[in-house]
Amino acid sequence: MDILSLFVVIPVLTITAILLLKDTQQVRLISAFGMGLQLLMAISLVILYLTARHAGNNDEMLFVKDYLWFKSLNIHYTVGADGISVAMITLTSLVVFAGIFASWEVEFLRKEFFVSLILLATGVFGFFISIDLFTMFLFYELAVIPMYLLIGIWGTGPKEYSAMKLTLMLMGGSALLLVGLLGIYFNSSPDGSRLTFNILEISKVVIPLPAQRIFFPLTFVGFGVLGALFPFHTWSPDGHASAPTAVSMLHAGVLMKLGGYGAFRVAIFLMPQAAHELSWIFIILTSISVIYGAFGAIAQKDLKYINAYSSVSHCGLVLFAVLMMNQTAMNGAIIQMISHGLMTALFFALIGMLYGRTHTRMINEMGGLMKIIPFLSVCYVIAGLASLGLPGLSGFVAEMTIFVGAFQHPDLFYRIVTVLAVSSIVITAVYILRVIAILLLGPTTNEHFEHLPDAKWFEKISAVTLIGSVAAIGLAPFWLSAMIGTSLHPIIEKILSLNPF
Amino acid sequence: MSSGTFLIMRHELLLIAAALLVLIAEIFWNPDKKGSISLFSIILFGVITIIGFLPSPSGSLFGGMYVSTGTRLIMKNILNIGVLLVFIQSVTWLKKEENSEKISEYFLLLLSTLVGMNFMISAGHFLIFYIGIELATIPIAALAAYDRFKNKSAEAGIKLILSSALSSGVLLYGLSMIYGTTGTLYFSEVATHFGNTNLQTLGFIFFFAGMAFKISIVPFHLWTADVYEGSPVNITSYLSVISKGAALFILIIILFTVFPIIIATWQKTIFVTSILTMTIGNLFAIRQQNLKRFLAFSSISQAGYILLGLIGGNQLGMASVIYYILVYIFSNLGAFGVVTAISNATGKENIDDYNGLYHTNPKLSLIMTLALFSLAGIPPVAGFFGKFFLFTAAAQKGFYLLVLIAVLNTIISLFYYLLVVKAMFINKNETPITMFKSDFSTRFALGLCVIGIVVTGFASIIFEVIRNLSFGV
Repeated sequence: MDILSLFVVIPVLTITAILLLKDTQQVRLISAFGMGLQLLMAISLVILYLTARHAGNNDEMLFVKDYLWFKSLNIHYTVGADGISVAMITLTSLVVFAGIFASWEVEFLRKEFFVSLILLATGVFGFFISIDLFTMFLFYELAVIPMYLLIGIWGTGPKEYSAMKLTLMLMGGSALLLVGLLGIYFNSSPDGSRLTFNILEISKVVIPLPAQRIFFPLTFVGFGVLGALFPFHTWSPDGHASAPTAVSMLHAGVLMKLGGYGAFRVAIFLMPQAAHELSWIFIILTSISVIYGAFGAIAQKDLKYINAYSSVSHCGLVLFAVLMMNQTAMNGAIIQMISHGLMTALFFALIGMLYGRTHTRMINEMGGLMKIIPFLSVCYVIAGLASLGLPGLSGFVAEMTIFVGAFQHPDLFYRIVTVLAVSSIVITAVYILRVIAILLLGPTTNEHFEHLPDAKWFEKISAVTLIGSVAAIGLAPFWLSAMIGTSLHPIIEKILSLNPF
Repeated sequence: MSSGTFLIMRHELLLIAAALLVLIAEIFWNPDKKGSISLFSIILFGVITIIGFLPSPSGSLFGGMYVSTGTRLIMKNILNIGVLLVFIQSVTWLKKEENSEKISEYFLLLLSTLVGMNFMISAGHFLIFYIGIELATIPIAALAAYDRFKNKSAEAGIKLILSSALSSGVLLYGLSMIYGTTGTLYFSEVATHFGNTNLQTLGFIFFFAGMAFKISIVPFHLWTADVYEGSPVNITSYLSVISKGAALFILIIILFTVFPIIIATWQKTIFVTSILTMTIGNLFAIRQQNLKRFLAFSSISQAGYILLGLIGGNQLGMASVIYYILVYIFSNLGAFGVVTAISNATGKENIDDYNGLYHTNPKLSLIMTLALFSLAGIPPVAGFFGKFFLFTAAAQKGFYLLVLIAVLNTIISLFYYLLVVKAMFINKNETPITMFKSDFSTRFALGLCVIGIVVTGFASIIFEVIRNLSFGV
């Protein structure tokens, strides 16, 4: 068994163990154990990856394992990881681990909750390790479908509506994606040799331009739906607001990243010419995402809605950066994915904890919480500062890199949209600081809040794990960006070789 | 007739023998133990199913009227598996008081329809094909009216027999045109003499319309919902899975071997009908409250997806059709199995009745969810693989627009499948269906379906075997 496949096997084993348990008390322990193991594995994967690179292994993908699956269609189960996927896997295991502790007190159908949650994680892990488009697509859909039950059963508010909307929109995205992938497959060997789903092999050929022009938009929009591309982002606010805490964490923190990751790993990497030709359309759309999301967040009063719109804005920035198609911006895009994943997971975890105490998420119904629950409040401030891009935390590194990269384009169009997108930082500062001011500072408005307990041990584990990672990236970003940078080289080279700017 | 002849016709001869044995058993069986005829028939048929998988020579008989090849054998074996599942699922229902007098009739009639389907699949001549199709249809009409004291059941029987008589008429009219212009009814000779004259095209269209009735392709689907709703659940599942599967099998064989010359014509026909079938089936399914009607419309739309495998005329297409029908047998019988179990225990068949089912009957709900996800094509269950291959087959020949329409249709279908899932898992209910324990046969059949749904996808060997036996135009 290779190390990458273990990332799928361990969650599956955890699920099996949970299903066999009679006692619901042990369910969360088993989940925490399984996902803790997963986190340790992720850390050792990082170490193994860095040692292998240090030892001079310059392959595009490391730890490659290949098993033939459907011979006649040349479908393989192929896994492999480069610096980008290693980073994403680590992010996923951090968020899932924190998510398990954030949902420690789920009572209703506890067993089913953890099974669905881990099933969702299995899909995400599988997606990041795959380098075969078929298995990638399989895991992608596997990650989406448990969301329906997770939101529909354990959610709050108009949960049935949100769950259905989210599932159908995301599956609609994957419908476009399926056509795109089939198009890529049937154009994967223009010289008439064997067709393949393997990303690395496809990247060595040039898909004919007319085909690229049809299938690039399908693939990009297909992934873009999950990455909250305007105007397909409308599932996100409703979905996130209705979802239970851990699901919001996983969904905003990790699942939306599948969109960004797929958009550059599949759509742009395999069809760079069409990407270059059509990028202006999508750059306009993503700029709208960035700015509209930020303004949307200002207008909201519900904490989860604020954060959901802020996610639209931040994830829009990821897609914006990958479309710039240069080394710096793409590097920034990936750091942004990781930074936003951690930060937003932290936000949603804290909102869940606050809601568990105050039973409201409306900012105007709360106030002066800093004095009552200092630990949670400080965490909230840190998350907020990371979100508005304070130096020393991960958000700054990511956004700085993106904007520097985007501004490198000599073209006026790119510079104008970059300037527009940069303005989102200011807008972000407005809504973050406003929330902090109303929610945490000022007088306590409701006397019932005066005896609220501060964070319990499991909540602290959840929050500290995430804050530690956010700060680590903010203080020492070079390790991460070096790891990503070397892996980006082949992708950028391929893009530049076909598109002389 | 030499012994080799018997071997070639093994499937049909064994089934006829089994039907006769059931008849004899009915006469000599102890009247107090009539119930055990079910067990006897199932064991008998189980043995036949296993024998069907033994290697068999291929060849043709009666001067080429009857043809047996590896492709046709695997089709028959797939149908056998489906029928075996239907048999096991019906045991509980047959035990009921009102059915005790007619248990053997049930098996006898189903076995004779299966003989008809086998002859139909093995046809090398349009007459054998026609005899097979009639033998496959008429006993089914009797079975649809099995609950003859229920008005709806009697109505279903009449509707089925009338509409299939009409469709047979249309089919025969088309065949007469084909005969008139080619002077033969042998598949191989029709294929060589077929040209592109208007009368021949018209003959083909009538033939296709006749088949469209059997498969319930829009606009020839109107009988389906009423018949499915009125018939007993087991007959409904038989109609929606086995009859439909058999008709699709022979349709693909005839299209690929008899009409390859006019491929451009039937591609256009299939393009239009498949879009109509998927879309209308789906849109009507959304509005249904009765689960049998719901599954009826869902099975109409499923036929629309299967047409995607036919359209390319390629080897992958045939493989994906055969494979999808196998997957579809497991998935649809899984869904029908749950409906049967609940209908037997409580008599409830509406989606609203399923509200809160998960809290009282978690296993049944999970099986239903698995089956519906497989029908919707959600990974990791087999339906995902089946749909993926169907779409790949169509995309291979460049029908990307059709694939796009089909995948968008799967989203619509996901919506209504999720409505059932929502009823079971999410909706609250003051008086949910109480907890009950199904008997062994029901659980056994559902277990087989679940294994089928899970394993057929992952075990790539199944698809590869089917693909190696398939052929293109």
